[in-house]
Amino acid sequence: MASSGELLFEGADWDFRTLQRVHDACEEIARTELGLDIYPNQIEVITAEQMLDAYSSVGMPLFYKHWSFGKQFAFQEASYRKGLMGLAYEIVINSSPCISYLMEENTATMQTLVIAHAAFGHNHFFKNNYLFKQWTDADGILDYLEFAKAYISACEDRHGSEAVERTLDAAHALMSHGVDRYPGKKALDLRTEEKRAGERRQHEESIFNDLWRTVPHTKTKSKAALTAERRRALLGLPQENILYFLEKSAPRLQPWQREIIRIVRHIAQYFYPQSQTKVMNEGTATYVHYRIINRLHRQGRITDGNFLEFLQSHTNVVFQPEFDDRRYSGFNPYALGFAMMQDIERIVTNPEEEDREWFPDIAGKGDVEGVLREIWSNYRDESFIGQFLSPALIRRFRMFHLHDDPAESAGIRVDAIHDERGYRRVRRELARQYDVGFVDANIEVVDVDLAGDRRLLLRHTTVKGAQLNETDTRRVLQHLADLWSYDVALTEVDGTADKVLKEYVISPRAAAIAA
Amino acid sequence: MHIVDRRLNPGSKSLENRQRFLRRAKALVQGAVKKSSQNRDIKDVLEGGEVTIPLDGMDEPRFRREGGTRDMVLPGNKKFVEGDWLPRPNQSGAKGSGAGEGDSEDAFRFVLSRDEFVDLFLDDLELPDLAKRKLAETESEGIQRAGYATSGSPANISISRTVSRALARRVALRRPRKEDIEALEAELAECEDAARRRELLALLEALKAKAKRIPFIDPIDIRYRRFEAVPKPVAQAVMFCLMDVSGSMSEHMKDLAKRFYMLLYVFLKRRYRHVEIVFIRHTDRAEEVDEETFFHGPASGGTLVSSALVAMDEIVRTRFRPADWNIYAAQASDGDNMTSDSALTGQLLTDRILPVSQFFAYLEVGEAANYTFDMPDSSLWTLYERLRNDGAPLSMRKVSERGEIFPVFQDLFKRRGKQERVA
Repeated sequence: MASSGELLFEGADWDFRTLQRVHDACEEIARTELGLDIYPNQIEVITAEQMLDAYSSVGMPLFYKHWSFGKQFAFQEASYRKGLMGLAYEIVINSSPCISYLMEENTATMQTLVIAHAAFGHNHFFKNNYLFKQWTDADGILDYLEFAKAYISACEDRHGSEAVERTLDAAHALMSHGVDRYPGKKALDLRTEEKRAGERRQHEESIFNDLWRTVPHTKTKSKAALTAERRRALLGLPQENILYFLEKSAPRLQPWQREIIRIVRHIAQYFYPQSQTKVMNEGTATYVHYRIINRLHRQGRITDGNFLEFLQSHTNVVFQPEFDDRRYSGFNPYALGFAMMQDIERIVTNPEEEDREWFPDIAGKGDVEGVLREIWSNYRDESFIGQFLSPALIRRFRMFHLHDDPAESAGIRVDAIHDERGYRRVRRELARQYDVGFVDANIEVVDVDLAGDRRLLLRHTTVKGAQLNETDTRRVLQHLADLWSYDVALTEVDGTADKVLKEYVISPRAAAIAA
Repeated sequence: MHIVDRRLNPGSKSLENRQRFLRRAKALVQGAVKKSSQNRDIKDVLEGGEVTIPLDGMDEPRFRREGGTRDMVLPGNKKFVEGDWLPRPNQSGAKGSGAGEGDSEDAFRFVLSRDEFVDLFLDDLELPDLAKRKLAETESEGIQRAGYATSGSPANISISRTVSRALARRVALRRPRKEDIEALEAELAECEDAARRRELLALLEALKAKAKRIPFIDPIDIRYRRFEAVPKPVAQAVMFCLMDVSGSMSEHMKDLAKRFYMLLYVFLKRRYRHVEIVFIRHTDRAEEVDEETFFHGPASGGTLVSSALVAMDEIVRTRFRPADWNIYAAQASDGDNMTSDSALTGQLLTDRILPVSQFFAYLEVGEAANYTFDMPDSSLWTLYERLRNDGAPLSMRKVSERGEIFPVFQDLFKRRGKQERVA
């Protein structure tokens, strides 16, 4: 290890040796001072165009082909060219080794920031947060994506790209309802998954015998005997993971279609933790890069000029416009997350009386890194905000809670503000905004009329009176009906009054039936 | 830690996705392309460019919730206290802060490459009168020498190459020459001394053995002539641009004509490997000129349309055998012609020009003010109309605005049912 005082680089230029030096210097601080535990790092240098590429396939280095990613690309590229959007400085992948993409256009300071941010901050978070441990498989993801890509392109060769596209379109429409939300289900094991997919295929091919087609069907006697209760139990109903239900129970899907649905479902599941930990994940990474680079500067390994450049980028990243600012578009996860991490640091090292009262467990405890590591491992956004948003921070952000009831003609009510009476309510409401169980519509498959017309019954239980957008719902249900190949019905039910608000019935399209 | 330089990896991983997107969005993009090309220079059209397509045509539906009571926590309170009432922002501004990106954007622009653009623009166009098109689209294979190979059929052995390689090998390996052996043999025959004879005999023996070991021609010397099949384009077209340049043709009219010709050129270029253009301008005399002179050279005089037709006929006979060439002609004129010329023009067209042409379009250009269309039909128009009614395969349109060029062009070349003829 180079001793302190030796500059890592000068000016804006960098080469691969610089990156290596920077990485090693960051690693030293990350391990000894912050006690981070990371996957091995892999740093890849890419061009701006490749960054756009990566953007449009959900940030993954390899992905199956689909027109929607092309649309994404066209959209991103257009807004990039118009100057509406800057490119992200980095993309980091939750895999082992943890891959961080660095853009070649970045200056040496930016590369240092990105390495500290992604290769240490995000990397540690991916490896240690319970949600990622529970739901994702960092070792298997790249191989699995490779398998998915190959499998889907093989399907296109075999069954025509149009049929594959139809299936993927439908699966994508239901993607946000293709995840298991509650623990107890088995964690992803993508390597085994991939192996089993191969075996399933082989098995299907080996047992294929065209003669079976000619065997006359006998009437199943037991059908009527099944009680509704038992039938639902057999089908695993009610089921909120619609893709899983389709994969297992849709009567007329081809084996390859089931496999594609399975792939989309696995990928949705893989990304699920990321959506639940945006504030924490970015907060962690920002906090880590801030600590590391400050340390580097104090060690004299970064010049004052470069440090100023860093501070400017850092400040831009954690900028939070206020609600009446034209730039406002909700809470900036970087800003909120970073502020909370710093606030926790303050509470742990230098608490006020109020903090002792609110956070008796950590106030004045002294071990900042230990406390933070513990928090990074065991919370997601909802619980993190619910427990660690302090009155001091609520005041600093001058947060307030609005309640908008369309039935109220007087307007929107200010329900709580940053005062003694309001802290807990503001905190609870903000936490609720990050509750994924609450953000996604609660839709379940509730029954199948197996004895009758095989209609699939779904139920949407509304929350706070929000109903589904009709146009979109019809379109999604159309996709669902195409996969199910019989009618699909959705009822919207008021959760509190148990009253039916609306009903949809959609029949599958002819083309889909023929498939 | 590992550093990987991916910059050299082929970029555009999303190219294929992009193409799939375009394929899917084709109808939408096509409409956008047409719209955007109405008021552009043809040159720009060929440059490709930016088009805007509505996003909702390419939607990816999801279950979305809307309405109901909403709770939100916002930063930056300046003056509110608990229990305050805020006026509701008007509906248009009431966009939820949680709206996903893209939802609010109802259309977006993106850039098409030149090829993408032209393809999309011309996609539903078709050459009229398809008699020769079959021929045009099948390609005959030509055969071309392509060096030498070590294997091949005996018929293709290249003697000279084989022999020269054999010679080189013999020299390199020092194969005894025939003369040397003969000389030795002669010396042996005359030699009396036994010792010398033995020596000579041994020498001769060795030389003969060596000659045997190093053959005159070895299989490795053999070279075959190699041939390669290369596609040979039979698909070629010539496009005749006929234009009246007499004083009555204004710059505006020439501009209209030019646009039409350029479009025709781009279009033919798509269909044929090889497109020749012949520019013929005429007043009361016709001459073949280059493009620059065609559009910009000054000329004046009376008008005799038949002169241009005579010139075209002449050029066809001498340079473009109708059996080998697909012949297209587009005539642009303001419609003035000497009345006395009508009979000759009509005769030339029906007897000489139309039988060899794939397509003959007459474009009557007018002033921007559009008044030509209220005027009685010009003499040329009347004449062509009559010919067409008699069954001549003529296409004719009137144009007076730039914006009309594309629609007219498309109209002329629209894919049609088998029975339908170009009017």
